[in-house]
Amino acid sequence: MAAPKPRVKVPKKASKGEVITIKTLISHPMESGQRKDKKGEVIPRQIINKFTCEYNGQVVFSCDLEPAVSANPYLEFNAKVEDSGTFKFTWLDDDGSTYSTENKLTVE
Amino acid sequence: MTLTRREALGLTAGAAAFLTLAPRIAFAAAEETEAAIKAFTGGATPASGKVSLDTPEIAENGNTVPVGVSVESPMTADNYVESVMILADGNPAPGVATFHFTAMSGIAEAKTRIRLAKTQNVIAIAKMSDGSTFMDKKEVKVTIGGCGG
Repeated sequence: MAAPKPRVKVPKKASKGEVITIKTLISHPMESGQRKDKKGEVIPRQIINKFTCEYNGQVVFSCDLEPAVSANPYLEFNAKVEDSGTFKFTWLDDDGSTYSTENKLTVE
Repeated sequence: MTLTRREALGLTAGAAAFLTLAPRIAFAAAEETEAAIKAFTGGATPASGKVSLDTPEIAENGNTVPVGVSVESPMTADNYVESVMILADGNPAPGVATFHFTAMSGIAEAKTRIRLAKTQNVIAIAKMSDGSTFMDKKEVKVTIGGCGG
């Protein structure tokens, strides 16, 4: 499996108090644990089970994911911004690894 | 490519055999969904209204069904939507995802893409910061199930 690659779409600029829309996607097979391989053995579950979005260290939005979320999990949500700062996005894998990315936002 | 009558018959028979032999997957019963709702609301029966689910009426591919949910709320520090749980009552396990919002979310609205094994109900339950719960339910018709197998 190629290393999961997070992709995030956040506006670069916003006005004070504006509600912005954030779109995130990470490449990940989200193996459900329901499928079987050619030998008839169950392919073990491996999914992204938690996603968190923080702004300047404060949690804005988080999500618990189950195997019923599609491969390459896509999430769209909103954030109300008052000051300039940095968004930090973190994905937590079943195997314990975390994937994260950051985005700067300027509030005018 | 043109199919002869013989080839066409052979293909149909093969497809039929595959469908009957495909492993039967145990699907979540309605009770399991009920239990998941109870566990989330703390025993209360969620009221209708406030929550709205946005799902397609017919999903051609059950592997990626776009689902959106929005909840009416002022989203202030003392009155906001805490979390929204998405359930699918015909999947092997009813749980799909739980969104956790904060006052910083601005609007209690989120979208994702989910797997649906067959035609079934998608349920969204919202829990407000004061503990009250609201529910919405939509049926999605699935043409090709999304469970591998």
